[in-house]
Formats: sequence, C-alpha cells, structure tokens
Amino acid sequence: MFDFSSNHAGTNHRLWTFFVWTSGILVFAIFGLIAGDVVWRGIGQINLTFLTDSPTRSGRAGGIFPILISTLGILGLCLGTAIPLSLATAIYLHEFSRKNGASARLIDRSLDVLAGVPSIVFGLFGNAFFAVTLELGFSLLSGGLTLACMALPLMIRSTQQGLRAVPDSFRLTAASLGLSRTSTIFRILLPAALPGILTGIILGIGRALAETAALLFTSGYVTRMPESLFDSGRTLSIHIYDLAMNVPGGESNAYGTALVLMILIVAINVTAGLLARMLLGRHIRLSFHQTRSLS
Amino acid sequence: MKRLIVVCLLVAVSGCVSDSTGEDPKTAPKTQKLVITGSSTVAPLAAEIAQRYEQDHPNVRIDVQTGGSSRGMADARKGLADIGMVSRAHKESERDLTPHLIAHDGLCLIVHATNPVSELTREQIIHIYQGQIENWKEVGGDDAEIVVVHKAEGRSTLELFLKHFQLDNSEIQPDIVIGDNQQGIKSVLGNPHAIGYVSIGAAEYEVEQGRDLKLLPLGGIEASTAHIEDGSFPLSRELNLVTLGEPQGLAAEFIRFAQSEAVHDLIEGLYFVPIQK
Amino acid sequence: MFPSKSDFLLRLTTCLLSWVSALILVLIVWFLFVESELVWREVGVLRFLTDDRWSPSGDFSSAQFGLFPMIVASLLLAVGSILLAAPIGVGAALFAAYYAPRGVRQIFPRIVELLGGIPSVVYGLWGLVVLVPLISAYHPPGTSLLAGIVVVAIMILPTVALLTLSTFQQLPTSLIHSAAALGIAPTGIVRSVILPASRSGIMTAVLLAVTRAVGETMAVLMVCGNVIQAPSSPFSPVRTLTANIALEMAYAMQSHRSALFATGLALMLVVTLLVLIAEQQRGKAGHV
Repeated sequence: MFDFSSNHAGTNHRLWTFFVWTSGILVFAIFGLIAGDVVWRGIGQINLTFLTDSPTRSGRAGGIFPILISTLGILGLCLGTAIPLSLATAIYLHEFSRKNGASARLIDRSLDVLAGVPSIVFGLFGNAFFAVTLELGFSLLSGGLTLACMALPLMIRSTQQGLRAVPDSFRLTAASLGLSRTSTIFRILLPAALPGILTGIILGIGRALAETAALLFTSGYVTRMPESLFDSGRTLSIHIYDLAMNVPGGESNAYGTALVLMILIVAINVTAGLLARMLLGRHIRLSFHQTRSLS
Repeated sequence: MKRLIVVCLLVAVSGCVSDSTGEDPKTAPKTQKLVITGSSTVAPLAAEIAQRYEQDHPNVRIDVQTGGSSRGMADARKGLADIGMVSRAHKESERDLTPHLIAHDGLCLIVHATNPVSELTREQIIHIYQGQIENWKEVGGDDAEIVVVHKAEGRSTLELFLKHFQLDNSEIQPDIVIGDNQQGIKSVLGNPHAIGYVSIGAAEYEVEQGRDLKLLPLGGIEASTAHIEDGSFPLSRELNLVTLGEPQGLAAEFIRFAQSEAVHDLIEGLYFVPIQK
Repeated sequence: MFPSKSDFLLRLTTCLLSWVSALILVLIVWFLFVESELVWREVGVLRFLTDDRWSPSGDFSSAQFGLFPMIVASLLLAVGSILLAAPIGVGAALFAAYYAPRGVRQIFPRIVELLGGIPSVVYGLWGLVVLVPLISAYHPPGTSLLAGIVVVAIMILPTVALLTLSTFQQLPTSLIHSAAALGIAPTGIVRSVILPASRSGIMTAVLLAVTRAVGETMAVLMVCGNVIQAPSSPFSPVRTLTANIALEMAYAMQSHRSALFATGLALMLVVTLLVLIAEQQRGKAGHV
C-alpha cells in the first residue's frame, strides 16, 4: 500500500533501501548456497525405495523408512506436550499474572535462561531424568519429552508476542460485553494471536527436527522400526550425523537424508498452516487479514 | 486446550502403566532383548552384526546405542547394558570386565595428496606435534605453516597415538582439535598443509574413492589394512566387546557370533580387520 | 475477583502449568549440581578460573581445570555472530514485510523457516567443506573463531528474521496509516515508527538468538578448531564451552565427567548473565 521502493528522498533513503534489499537478497543467497548444496548432492539418492526401505550396512545402503517413522513419533510427542504447556504458560504470563509481579518475573527469567541451555545439556538432563529417573529408557518418549523442554521457551515467547499484539481494546470490549475471561481467551485472544502461535510452533518444529545432541542420549541410535513409544529410535538428524561423521562412505546418503528432512519441514509447515485454517475457520482468516493487510 | 492437557496426562499415565508391565522380561518371555552401548567407532559394526543376528533369530531384539568407550564400560558395569563396546585394548585396572576381541583397527598419519612430503621420521612427527617444527620446508616440503590436527582429550585414538610416540598431551601444540575420524579426514582434505592421524581403514577408503589424501608410512612400513592383518604395522588397536564377568545366555551367543567368520564381510565392509582364529 | 468458575479453573491450570515450565530449569540446574558435586568438593570454584590449562583427567592435584579461555571464546562467538545476524535479520524482516514484491513476500518466511530447520550438522559440513578452506587460503589454519561466527550467524538468522517479521506483522495498521497521513517518507516511517514500535519484539528475537548462539554445539565443534586458548585474532582456532562438553563427554569418567558438568554450569552462568544484561537493556529502552 506504500511504495517503499520509490526513490523518494535523498541518499539516506537510498542507503536504507540498499541495506534492506541487501539483507533480503543475502538471505536468499545463503539459502541458495546451503539448500542448493543439499539438493544437488542429495537428489540422486532419493527414490521410492529410499523412502520405504530399512537401512542396511549402517545406512550406507537401503532406505530410511523406520527412521522417518521414529522422527515423526518423536516430533508428535514433542508438540503434544509443548503446545499445551506453552499456550498455558503464555496465557498465564500475559493474561492472568500481574505485570512485573514476582512470580511472573521469576517464570519469565527462568524461561529466558531455559532458552539458552545448550542442547547437549538437555541431552544429559533428558538421559538422567526421563530415561533413568522416570525409567522410560532409551525411547521415543524420552526423546520427545526432552525436545519438548527444548522447544518450550521458543514457543512460549512467540505465543506471548502474539498475545501482546492483540490490542487491549479487544479485551476491554469483551469485558464490557460481559464475556468471561475464559471465553475471551479462547474465542478472541487465541485466534487473534494465531500468527504468533504458528510462528512458535514452526520454529519449535524446526528446532526439534534439527536436533542431534539431545537425542543421542535419550531416544538413541537404533535404526529398527519402533513398535511402541517405549522403543528406541533414531531421528533423521542423528542419522545424518552418524553417516557424515562416523561411517566411511556414508556421505551421499547423509545428503539424501538431509534433503528428505528439508522436504519434511516444508510439508509440515504447509500442513500446520492448513490445519489451523480448518480448525479455526473464520477466526484465523479474520486475524490473518488483520495482520496481512499491513503488507 | 483442556482436552490436550488430558491427552498429555493420559500419555504420561499410560507411560507409567505400560512401563511396569510391558518392559518386564518376566511377563513377556517370548522376545529376548540385548542392550549394547559404547564406542562410536564400534557402534556401526555392532549394529550391522546385530541386524544380521536378528534376521536369524526372529524373537531377539538387539538395541545398539553409541556414546563412547567409557560409557560402554560404565553401562556394562552398572548393568544398564548387557554388552559394552570399547575401541582400545583392555587395561589392567579394568579386570572386573571381561573383554571379547572382535576386530582390529590401525592408526596412521595422513596429509593432503598435494603435499610433497611422503615420509616422516618418528623424531619429525614428535617435533611437529610438539610445535618445534612449524614449517613444512623443515622436513623437505613446501614453504608453508604446518596445520596440526589432533584429537580431543579422552579419545582412545588419542591415547594410542600419545603412547606410541611417548608424548604427553600437555606438550602438544595443535591447530585443530577434532572429535570423530571423518572430521579429521575432512579437515585434512580441506587444508593442503594439514597433518592428522585417523583410522587406517577409513583413510584407505577415501583414497580408493579418489580423494586427495595420502597415508604416511610409519617406521618404513606402509600404512594399510593388510599390514594390520599381518601384525607388522606398529600402530594398531583392538575393538572389544566387554561384559561384566563371563557372559551368559544370549549375550554369550551374540559375542560368539560377532567373533565368528560369519561376520567377516561386515567387518571388512566397515574397513576394519577381522581377527584371525 | 473471578466471576465464573471456569475462569478460576483456567487461571489455576495455566498457573500450575507455568510453574511446570519454570520447574524444568530448576531440575536441570539441580541435576548439573549433583553430577558436578565431586569436582566442587575437591577443587572449588576458583581453580576453574585461575588454572592455566584444561586437562581434567587424573588426580585432582595434578589435573588442571582452566575454563576461562573457553568462556571468552563462547562470549566472543555469541557477540560476533549476533552483530552479524541482527542487522541482516532485521533488514531481511523489513524486506519481507514492506519492501519486497508481493510474490517474494509470500515465499520469504517459508524459505527462512526452511533455513531454520536444517540440522546443525549440515551447516557444520558446509562450513567445514566450503568456508574453512576459503578462510584457510587467506590465513591458515582456517578453522577459527571467524568461521564459527559466520556459520553461527547463518544459523541464528532465521530466529531473528522470523520473530522480527511476526512483530512487524502485528503492528497496528493504523500506526503506519497515520504516519503516512502525516506525510512522513517511507524511510522515515521505518526508522521513526516501525522500528521503535517493534523494539521489545526485536529485543526478544535478538535475545533468543544470542542464547541459541551460546548453546550451538555440533556446527561450532566442526568449524572452530577446538584449540583451548584465548583468541589473539579472528583467525585463531578456539574451543567453546559447548564444544568442550560434546568433544569429551562421551569419553569422560569420574573427575573428568564431573568437570564437564561443571562446564555445563559455567555455560548456564554465561547464559544467565546475558539474559540479565538484556533485561537491563530492555528496562532502559522501556516498553513501547
């Protein structure tokens, strides 16, 4: 609606435009370099049998089917735990707790620090807590719960951002109409905050799918098809790591797996968008309109 | 939202329930389970052997987990694992564990293929790693700074290297410290003036693939898996499975299988050297 | 105070679950303390800062526990990478929100999301195979603080860009409309309206990215060279706290293992410090 690219005012403006365009193009260039590298080296490996077969010879031959299933299982567990927890925490922090109250500040700080805990420490913690103390062993469950802890701060922050963006007039209007807090939150605030929530979920998925160090000690290294959530299973990124760093001659399948992982991320992100649209119907369209009309 | 919370609680609860029933071997005697943990060098080999063993024994399930030699021993000691994997010779101080040799592996020094230096004396190698020789021209190469690739503390490869050259880790002046074998190979491939030490089998494989890598002989003996096999190469190590005491039942049977000729092709496939009976 | 029962229930549930979220950190810290207790008892805190070297195996008397160079390396890596990633990330978000052609605006977030989902091993491989030889040709050995900064900056770029973009998208439209109605030029709108209004959102994005940079492990391990020293230039190889844990944990026993958990605690300390600094900055900047 505004012509930001017009040559409107002097050098200052031109410098800004140059900076913004350079940043944008740089991101595309980086993407081209790295994703291009993966696609170029991995595309030759991918075919139907690669997706439907079990790995043999340490993954240098065969496919990745059981690994794909383990990855989806762990991801499902991670999101199933982290989404409700992050929604609840964000709602409490932003809608219920007193601003700058002691408890809210304490929770806030601890989340900031939690976001900075390195993945390898999460791995050691997950191993000691989920695998040993709770006796879940090396399992998809241990891995999924560890990842949920990791993705949590990211998802809470995004949800908070989303809630923060909802104008206070919404809350006031709802209150003046006699709506309870509960209905205000579920009918108005959450749908309006959906873009933020979605960003959080998508960042969380990215973080979870990219994780290696935390899973080595929790969900484990087994390439067999998992039969239950209590079985150990290897995720795509662990498979990539092992093939690239540990198995002589594993590199080409490592790139093939990396390409599958990237395709999976695209697929999940697209589905997440569609699903949210279906679930919340008009709400989301409304809120999307509201935010998109900016651009 | 509430529904999601309930689902999560259900997952957690069902977790506790099935944990106390399903995983107990007494109530489910039909499938036998074997847990193997330890050295990341041995893990791919053990996993392949396990896969073959499972094919012949449909109701056996073998879980191989990686994490390093020390973890293998610790887990075997604590009973967390039935078998530990250790990528070095057994020490006197570890007498509580019983070692079972399954293969040999060797270490060699590698340089970039374009490096004109094709042999280094023991003295020269020691001085390079101590930082007393810093330029390739001092050992007959190009006028370029030597990039010393070294392993991280605690790795069994490092222990073997230090012991062979009677070096102390604190004397070493490295430029790059690495973790796994493939990282060492990639570091040397990416740097024409680097020198490093890695598993011979892995280096041989890269050369076969036409990569720009050169294996340096040691004490006049060519670095090759053939020379580990005949015992003439001075820098070799053992790949062991360890058990707490004498292995029983399934563990014993699996170890016997891992030491048999039936898995020699798997061992060679990963560029290790099978044991000679 | 609560007009309906469901409100009370919701407040109670969310409050309890928030404390569950907060409790995770307590559990982690408690666990790190328990596991590193041995080394605190035998060695104390001071030697982690004063010892010259890091060689934690063996007797407590002869072992060395100097963490200081690694703390410096972790901090420099984080600072360097955020200095690189923050302007580019914010610039890219501006690009995607206001400058790019319509079609590009639609694809842009998808592409950045994809970048965020590539495992760090792949970034590490790329750094090791492409970037390190490039740097090495100019100044050997190539594996260096600089290589780490570039790779980590690329890795945290999606976090900065996406979170900033979602902040932009949530600014009230009226803000821009009014600014335009006042006749402010587009550049002026960006600089004097959009950026100030998004300050707290951008700060959150940068903070998350910094902590991510401090915690990054696998890629750093592959491109930084892992030599324990305080770097004398961007071309010096360094070892970060995370790389130290990842490199040695698998092989560590007793005092060594305990010392690595202590490294984990040191890492938490660094992160906490960064969070506090950022909080203070945010406090100074004030909420808009």
